[in-house]
Amino acid sequence: MTGPPLTVQADVAVIGAGPAGLTAAIGLRRLGVGVVVLEREAEAGGIPRITHHTGYGLRDLHRMMTGPAYAERLVQGAVDAGADLRIGAMVTDWSGDRSVMVTSPEGRWRLSAQAIVLATGARERPRSARLVPGDRPAGVLTTGMLQDVVHGGRAVSGGSIGSRAVVVGAELVSWSAVLTLREAGCRAVLMTTEHERIEAPAALVWAGRSVPGLPVSRRTRVTRIMGRHRVEAVELTRLDTGQTRTFACDTVIFTGDWIPDSELARAGGLDMDPGHRGPVVDGALRTSAHGVFGAGNLLHPVDTADVAALDGRHVAGQVARFLEGGTGPQAATRVLPGAGFAWVSPGLLRPADPPPRERLLLWATEHRSAPRVVVRQGDRVLRRRLVPWPASPGRVFRLPWSVLAGVHPEAGDVTIGLG
Amino acid sequence: MSAAEPALVDVAVIGGGVVGCAVARELAGFDVSVALIEARGDVGDATSKANTAILHTGFDAVPGSLEARLVARGYALLGDYAKATRIPVEGTGAVLVAWTDEERGSLESLRQKAIANGYLDCEILASEAVYALVPHLGPGVLAGLTVPGESIICPWTTTLAYATEALARGATLMLGTRVTGVSVADDVTTLATTRGLVRARWVVNAAGMGADVIDRMYGFDRFTVVPRRGELIVFDKQARPLADCIVLPVPSSRGKGVLVSPTIYGNVMLGPTSENLADREDTSTTAAGMEFLLGKGRAIMPSLLEEEVTAAYAGLRAATEHGDYVVDVDADRRYLLIGGIRSTGLTASMALAEHAGLQLAGAGLALAPRVGLPPVPVLPNIGEAFPRPYQRADLIESDPEYGAIVCFCERVTRGEIRDALRSPIPPCDVDGLRRRTRATMGRCQGFACGADVESALHATDLA
Ligand SMILES: Cc1cc2nc3c(=O)[nH]c(=O)nc-3n(C[C@H](O)[C@H](O)[C@H](O)COP(=O)(O)OP(=O)(O)OC[C@H]3O[C@@H](n4cnc5c(N)ncnc54)[C@H](O)[C@@H]3O)c2cc1C
Ligand SMILES: Cc1cc2nc3c(=O)[nH]c(=O)nc-3n(C[C@H](O)[C@H](O)[C@H](O)COP(=O)(O)OP(=O)(O)OC[C@H]3O[C@@H](n4cnc5c(N)ncnc54)[C@H](O)[C@@H]3O)c2cc1C
Repeated sequence: MTGPPLTVQADVAVIGAGPAGLTAAIGLRRLGVGVVVLEREAEAGGIPRITHHTGYGLRDLHRMMTGPAYAERLVQGAVDAGADLRIGAMVTDWSGDRSVMVTSPEGRWRLSAQAIVLATGARERPRSARLVPGDRPAGVLTTGMLQDVVHGGRAVSGGSIGSRAVVVGAELVSWSAVLTLREAGCRAVLMTTEHERIEAPAALVWAGRSVPGLPVSRRTRVTRIMGRHRVEAVELTRLDTGQTRTFACDTVIFTGDWIPDSELARAGGLDMDPGHRGPVVDGALRTSAHGVFGAGNLLHPVDTADVAALDGRHVAGQVARFLEGGTGPQAATRVLPGAGFAWVSPGLLRPADPPPRERLLLWATEHRSAPRVVVRQGDRVLRRRLVPWPASPGRVFRLPWSVLAGVHPEAGDVTIGLG
Repeated sequence: MSAAEPALVDVAVIGGGVVGCAVARELAGFDVSVALIEARGDVGDATSKANTAILHTGFDAVPGSLEARLVARGYALLGDYAKATRIPVEGTGAVLVAWTDEERGSLESLRQKAIANGYLDCEILASEAVYALVPHLGPGVLAGLTVPGESIICPWTTTLAYATEALARGATLMLGTRVTGVSVADDVTTLATTRGLVRARWVVNAAGMGADVIDRMYGFDRFTVVPRRGELIVFDKQARPLADCIVLPVPSSRGKGVLVSPTIYGNVMLGPTSENLADREDTSTTAAGMEFLLGKGRAIMPSLLEEEVTAAYAGLRAATEHGDYVVDVDADRRYLLIGGIRSTGLTASMALAEHAGLQLAGAGLALAPRVGLPPVPVLPNIGEAFPRPYQRADLIESDPEYGAIVCFCERVTRGEIRDALRSPIPPCDVDGLRRRTRATMGRCQGFACGADVESALHATDLA
């Protein structure tokens, strides 16, 4: 091997050029901070790049745009702001507290910075991670791969997309899959969800239209995939009765069921959240490692792109503050999910550090149309609050940060549950 | 028959699994013409691609059996060959873990058995020592037995290395060619295949799950292959620190049991199950199998179960009614059977090939060394124990395509995909590409790169 790797210095290294990373870079540049953004894909923009429907930009840019238009605007914004955007550059390892190893066609190099922002996003769990048994034929995809195939203008080998699809999941992203299938000339013939309800209303907002005539099997799990070479059918099991039936199809799209791309966070030894499996952060989006911050769906799998972007805007200010020095953070209190929730983000409370948009993000495991939220610290109930918006599995449930008012820094963990 | 007689080869090897490829490579090292006939579109696409990928010492084989001898010999041969060809191997070592008094009681006899097999390095450990070795084992370990020589190996590169070298030595590879009939004449055997006739002086049957079918074409009725399915679960690379060595169960009358093993690609594997089937092509996974494995895994290494699952698959062992390998030569009809290579064939492959050569020579096939053999091929490294292209500044500098990562989870570069597509035995589908490069086999299973990889496979402009 030739000599030591080339080292590039930066004030801040942003890893991941999705909505969160790009918006963070724009924010940092506006504050006069030097930024290198590393993106492993050949194009910057993150997931919106490949989601062609409208539904992006509402909260951050105050307009509705398609994914690619939104991505392009953020990329242009970052470039115009003077961010050093490196595409085709993947961070593979750490090589020190705030330096990382990068592989790109230019070489194998090191990026050393005073602060790092991890904005690596989230992905959908594929079929294997969901332990769906059966044959392993062609025609089984996630929404991410489906959209990449359809919109990336790629050759579709022997047709990984057929003509009759079962869409697994009824989250917001599932409807996006349905639309993309239709564009590809494939009909979604069934949607299945293990839950009682589907997340249709918001999906209609996202997608701009509904899909009439698509039957939905609720409380149903895909328990087997059949077909030696190409999908021929799936076995569906009713969760309540155990009853099974075989349903003919040639394509299965596994949607939702998100997990952060947290490999780097974990490799860096950061404290990880067992609920969402991303790094634990506080309101300033600090991780447990000094000078390492997080933003976007890495911290809350999965919220909309505008929320990820606003994380980026928030973290820019926090990172700039960190670079100026100043006092270290206060003592923190852990905020944990209670009954009815899988995770809370941020998972650390520091009263001086409100989270982005002063919101807590939670993931519900059961549906409540008018949920009663209970905040506890130790045995003490700090707050009971009836919330007029629903909590539903498959979409982020947001609470004002003020529900944590009155938490005592020394009185132990706080839980937020459904009463 | 048509006017043009099909060409005649000295030896036709039926079956392009790890065994058939090893045999073809071995025989092509002599001055004979060899054809390797494989029904599928790629070599190593059956049992040889779906196993637990352990290079066994043979410590627990039945002493005195052919399998015991060939596993021990194969371990040494393949170990050396791997160094020369850069087949990824990691000497992780193994520890057998006793969870019950009965299992603890059998450790000493296992150690004796290992000695009888010529393997002298086993050591019995007290419970604390076992935990020191594998701290993440679940509660209840009573004792253990170390097998320091057990190693992990890349089964895909192994098969590919044999086939590549066989080709370089002049063998003919006939993919997508299924043997459907045999007719033996005085000097020449004619094989009917799905792609026409093949004429050969000698025939080697290394057809794995199909070996008894070919054997019956010769009129024998001496064994039946029973597909014994083994399901496996592969955990995320983030689990790798949990299992630094192979954790073996104490074998019982019910088989070898469920192990936890690091893989050469940096994951952790849990399995296999063991279940006899009727269907010789049923490599599906089952809910019951998964549940069984997860139950076992929870007891062996509870923290493993907190990790994400990357893949699940199943392989079929070619079990027979005989305990041992079934290797037999019929000198009159110039036919060699290599059957019942059930659960150690990867390890034994080179020894089986060597044994096959001796059997054939003994039966009258003249095997003179070939002069001017090509150098051994060096295979691309797809294991984690050695630097991969994306980590190599020198390589990227000389060719930036090795800096263009396409499959992020497995860090596979465009250069490696290009190399695989231009290699002497190129992949015919995404699965084949995965076996040569690891592309798409990672935790996202193509979420990020599936489309890129598919298009690379079909691109003609990669040059
Ligand atoms: C099908 C679908 C439809 C959607 N529809 C909508 C919608 O209509 N409206 C909406 O608001 N949201 C929608 N979303 C959600 C939205 O896309 C996400 O919220 C948003 O992309 C999150 O932004 P992010 O920056 O956190 O992550 P991402 O967009 O995932 O970006 C992360 C980036 O980091 C890069 N990266 C990761 N690891 C590394 C590394 N080691 N080195 C270098 N780079 C790395 C990745 O390549 C990626 O580009 C949809 C999502 C999907 C899948
Ligand atoms: C779950 C499991 C775990 C295992 N673990 C290990 C391990 O850790 N270590 C180890 O050493 N071994 C292990 N093994 C065993 C090892 O995988 C096998 O012994 C080995 O792969 C057998 O190789 P083969 O070439 O005989 O068979 P195969 O790989 O099955 O090859 C036979 C080939 O013949 C072809 N064929 C069949 N019929 C015809 C025909 N009529 N015409 C043309 N071609 C035909 C098939 O298509 C196939 O490609 C394991 C096996 C299993 C199932």
